[in-house]
Amino acid sequence: MVVNSAIFLILRRMRLPLILLIASYAVSVLGMTLVPGADAQGRPAPPMDFFHAFYFVSYTATTIGFGELPGAFSEAQRAWATITIYLTVIVWLYSIGSILTLLQDPAIRRAIQVGRFVRAVRGLRQPFYLICGCGETGGLLMRALDSHNRQAVVLDIDPMRISELELGRFHLDTPALAADVRLPEHLIDAGLRRPWCAGIIALTNDDQANLSVAVTAKLLRPKLPVLCRADTPDTAANMASFGTEGIVNAFEVFAEHLAMALNNPGQHLLYEWLTGVPGDPLCEPLRPPRGKWVVCGYGRFGKAVVRHLKKEGIEVAVIEADPAKTGCDDCIHGRGTEAATLIHAGIREAVGIVAGTDDDINNLSIVMTARELKPELFMVTRQNREANTPLFKRFGAQMNMQPSVIVAHEFLARLTTPLLARFLDLARRQDEAWANPLISRIAAVSEETVPEVWDVEIGPEQSIAPWQVLNEGGHLAIQDLMRDPYDYQRGLACLPLLIQTGTGEGLLPEEDLPLTAGDRLLFCGTRGARRRQALALRNINVLTYLLTGRDAPGGWAWQRLAGARKSAG
Amino acid sequence: MNLEKVVFGFFIILAMTLNFGFVYGEVDNPEHHHVYELFAVIVVNLIATVLKFGERTQIGAIHLATSFVADLQLIASACVWGFAVYLSGEGLTAPVTASIISLALGALAANVLSVVLLVIETVLFHR
Repeated sequence: MVVNSAIFLILRRMRLPLILLIASYAVSVLGMTLVPGADAQGRPAPPMDFFHAFYFVSYTATTIGFGELPGAFSEAQRAWATITIYLTVIVWLYSIGSILTLLQDPAIRRAIQVGRFVRAVRGLRQPFYLICGCGETGGLLMRALDSHNRQAVVLDIDPMRISELELGRFHLDTPALAADVRLPEHLIDAGLRRPWCAGIIALTNDDQANLSVAVTAKLLRPKLPVLCRADTPDTAANMASFGTEGIVNAFEVFAEHLAMALNNPGQHLLYEWLTGVPGDPLCEPLRPPRGKWVVCGYGRFGKAVVRHLKKEGIEVAVIEADPAKTGCDDCIHGRGTEAATLIHAGIREAVGIVAGTDDDINNLSIVMTARELKPELFMVTRQNREANTPLFKRFGAQMNMQPSVIVAHEFLARLTTPLLARFLDLARRQDEAWANPLISRIAAVSEETVPEVWDVEIGPEQSIAPWQVLNEGGHLAIQDLMRDPYDYQRGLACLPLLIQTGTGEGLLPEEDLPLTAGDRLLFCGTRGARRRQALALRNINVLTYLLTGRDAPGGWAWQRLAGARKSAG
Repeated sequence: MNLEKVVFGFFIILAMTLNFGFVYGEVDNPEHHHVYELFAVIVVNLIATVLKFGERTQIGAIHLATSFVADLQLIASACVWGFAVYLSGEGLTAPVTASIISLALGALAANVLSVVLLVIETVLFHR
């Protein structure tokens, strides 16, 4: 119904002008057929017939005005023609005026926009993700999805953001609409019920709105993956209570990473590499020192950091401007932007500082003061606004936490490579001795840039060739998928990270492990390796070449011929 | 009582009655069919069509469709009339009159259907 609502609205509002138009024509034509005319000599003649009357009124009403046709008029006809002119011309102008006003009407324009959006969504013939909220996080995620060639549909409450989106340069045409995501009908318009909808992502800065998106999606499409941003643990718990799969609390994620970097730098590095943007240079390992830490700001972020640091057994001093409101019992009162407070908190003995208030300028002021006092401190900053990136870059803290970037990276990893999240979960339980050799292997494979990470599922959809080979009783090992289709003796620059089989899963599987149909693999490697592997996955002839080292004959006739030649020779 | 409904019903029924009045008589006798009646039928039908614009219901859509059919048939009938009298110069002969009236009869069928829909809608309207 939404599609046609613009037309219906226009038709409804056009009723009066159209009826006036019909009535004025009818009166004028009728009058012309009743008023007596005159012949060439000025003697009374019968009135015009309908045909000529309609002709005369048509050219008069539209202000074309051919004059007195077919012959000169009688005085009575001229009198009626005058009336006709004023009547019909005014009604015409009124009608055209109302059409123009209608097109300017906000309700109509909105209806047209919604109609266009709904049609665009219905026209999508590939899986798409529904992104609710296109602020900093949503924008980042959209750009990333776009560069992975994944279609998105965007809803945001702010029309300004939507029009900015139209200016952005994207490969894919992204349908976008300014609408309140808390209303289920908008989600339905955006394709929540379409079979092509592959997932819904709630990223608004309003926890309540994210929650309502999660509820709507769970009720209308129970099996659809829902990824939600949650800024407070309360909301996260609420979402988890009805089975939302992906809940990301940026503050928790970051605090966990900070703790991981302190406790197990190798693992942290592994995480950074595998979730980074492919093609970027590999980052160096961070080695945050163990010792006393000072945390400024005890809000959502500060609390998460303090909890994780304490779990690692690290001494923490907290500075908070409003201890009563944040529920901080043993805090040092102050903002942390003044040297006195920092010294009071024991900055001289500390090894690291976390500037974690919700004000970017205060955070910068804290770390700048701290650097004056003790330049060798390990500094962690929290950046709240994208716009302040140049300032934080210039300052160059060892770790910078940007909630929007963290949430976008988490979601992207979950959307594009579901196995990666599982791999990282498993990796977290391993120790340093496991992580360090893996890091050097990845560095060797990926030529000093962030590697691509991809899933392979041995099934008829994504990789038909291995599936065929296995179904025909052939033997296939992981290493067969790691050979170069241009020269089967050369290996591809990739590394299997995880295998999921029907019976279980294995981290870093051996390369000679035999595969079975339905297995899922996680690889990391260069972009080229991924592309070349895809050749073998989709084309049985390429895969046969990799397995045998010979170009297999393709069609049935060629196979028969090859068979005959073999038996003859 | 709703004035909109009165006007709506008035025009739909008037379209049917005028249409009936026009086609009543021998089908090929021009004496029995007046041009002013055809004119009135066309005008009233056009107004009835516009009144049906903007209905979102299923029955509203069928209403609009019947009106379009009636308009089409009546305008075709008027065109045949104009063509015979002014363009071909054949005049209102019996075959021409028969085709004018049969077109208008088709419009009458659509108009009757329209009135039937109106009645159904009224019966379904329980409040």
